[in-house]
Amino acid sequence: MEKVWRDKKAIAFFLFPSFVILALIIIVPIGMSSYYSLLDWDGFGKGEFIGLKNYIKLFKDPAFLISVKNSLIFAFSSVFVQLPISLLLALVISKGVKFERFFVTVFFIPVIISTVVIGQLWMKIYNPEYGLLNMFLRAVGLDNLTREWLGSKDTALMSSVVPVLWQYVGYHMLLMYAGIKSISQDVFEASKIDGASWLKTSAFITIPMLKPILKVSLTFAVVGALKVFDLVYVLTRGGPARASEVTSTLMVETIFKSNRYGYGSAMAVFVIVECFVLYLLIGKLFKTDEVA
Amino acid sequence: MKTNIKSSTTDSKSATSFIMYFLLFAWAAIQIFPIYWLVTFSLKGNSEIFGGNALGLPKEWLWENYGKALINGKVGLYFMNSVIVTGITILVTVIVSLMATYALTRMIFRLKKQMNVFYMLGLTVPIHSALLPVFIMLRNFKLVNSYMALILPYVAFAIPMAVMIFIGFMSSIPRELEEAACLDGCSIYSVFFRIMVPLMKPAVATVSIFTFLQAWNELMFAVVFISDTKYKTLTVGIQSLAGQYTIDWGAIGAGLVVATIPTLIVYIFMSKKVQDSLIAGAIKG
Repeated sequence: MEKVWRDKKAIAFFLFPSFVILALIIIVPIGMSSYYSLLDWDGFGKGEFIGLKNYIKLFKDPAFLISVKNSLIFAFSSVFVQLPISLLLALVISKGVKFERFFVTVFFIPVIISTVVIGQLWMKIYNPEYGLLNMFLRAVGLDNLTREWLGSKDTALMSSVVPVLWQYVGYHMLLMYAGIKSISQDVFEASKIDGASWLKTSAFITIPMLKPILKVSLTFAVVGALKVFDLVYVLTRGGPARASEVTSTLMVETIFKSNRYGYGSAMAVFVIVECFVLYLLIGKLFKTDEVA
Repeated sequence: MKTNIKSSTTDSKSATSFIMYFLLFAWAAIQIFPIYWLVTFSLKGNSEIFGGNALGLPKEWLWENYGKALINGKVGLYFMNSVIVTGITILVTVIVSLMATYALTRMIFRLKKQMNVFYMLGLTVPIHSALLPVFIMLRNFKLVNSYMALILPYVAFAIPMAVMIFIGFMSSIPRELEEAACLDGCSIYSVFFRIMVPLMKPAVATVSIFTFLQAWNELMFAVVFISDTKYKTLTVGIQSLAGQYTIDWGAIGAGLVVATIPTLIVYIFMSKKVQDSLIAGAIKG
């Protein structure tokens, strides 16, 4: 048997197709993007090597800086608005309510629907004349709050954030719910015998034991927010006047609309590094926490 | 568990439980109502949507909105393209990932550890890094505006997750069966295809669902790599439809519903499995 499992030809046969695809589409492009980011290149002629100039320009470019700030606002709202709602829902549902399965199933529905569909749907919700939101505000007599949600510089960003939060609350809820369900029931029995209330049990037992899942949720929320593209692309394309621009939409526009391949690649590299750094940071955050 | 962690005094208990259920149902309504609204306006004319009947069921069920979206709006074509792209993506992802997993869990070779790292690397790389380089490769090979243009990157970005899920599953399968088959003179290839692959069915379902959701809903690659109507998938196609029918909400709504139906069908029949596969994808990552 040993010999069969050392069969070099078989190993090569099994690994070859996926290896080639991964190398070609994921690994090599990282190198290519990094190289392009050092060029002044419109995508057609020959690029001119300009060293780190693109990066220097990047950090002085107001459009880019706004997009980074907006992406961070996405991340911040995910962490401080979405995750607490998800956690609360998960805690409540898992303590044994009626219709437990029904709630889990319903809360999860938006997660599986395409973001493009969600985006188009929210565009209608935000419609100034006939959208649900303004219609609701008029119905309850808050006419002065109605506005052009996506068309106004003051509200475009928050109006793009809300659907993202809305869509993925159920995802984090499900992760946390599954996590709570996998905690041994004995722990809850013991805390009940000790006379701990649900609130105390949650704060001192469930949440601390849920840490590995919270780490996953936090990572997904932050990294996902930094990569956000679909919803902003559908709702506002980053407008008006870059009010809701995020790094992904700016990158696509820079490369494929303005034909600035080198400069756009510098943005791509920025996103790769940014995501990687955050992976490490969150990993570290939870590690030191465990020691303390 | 069911009754474990509840407070003891009955009065405050029923009050809190009333508030709790109220909040749960309110949240369920927030999550569901927009979708209900979408389905109803997909069957209405503008006079109902913009006039008196914005929220209720349609008074006049306008099924022709669906005809408009499917034929004139080309949603039928986009739908077929999505089916082709997603179907082939799932098939290829499952096959090549199963093969790789077999080598990574069973076979013995130098650099096995490094190879594992190589496969997992893809989990942390954002698709942004691939967008322009892959576009340039496709342009050089005259593959922009083709099914391949989408299938290749979708497969590539699905492999790491698939391999990870498969490795978890395959490591838990005992080796006795394979060893017995080997003694009986089966080749390593028939051991893999005839014994291992059938045993992996549950994991294949998980990976298929995961890959389906990713490919069916993907927008960034699709927007950049496809401009020819002939190859547009639903995510890009819906954008064109919305541009074409700006003021005909019924037709747009119908297109959106059609784009969502396959996902909802999968979810209705396999909600537990869908949830489990998304949990598996997250937690092992």
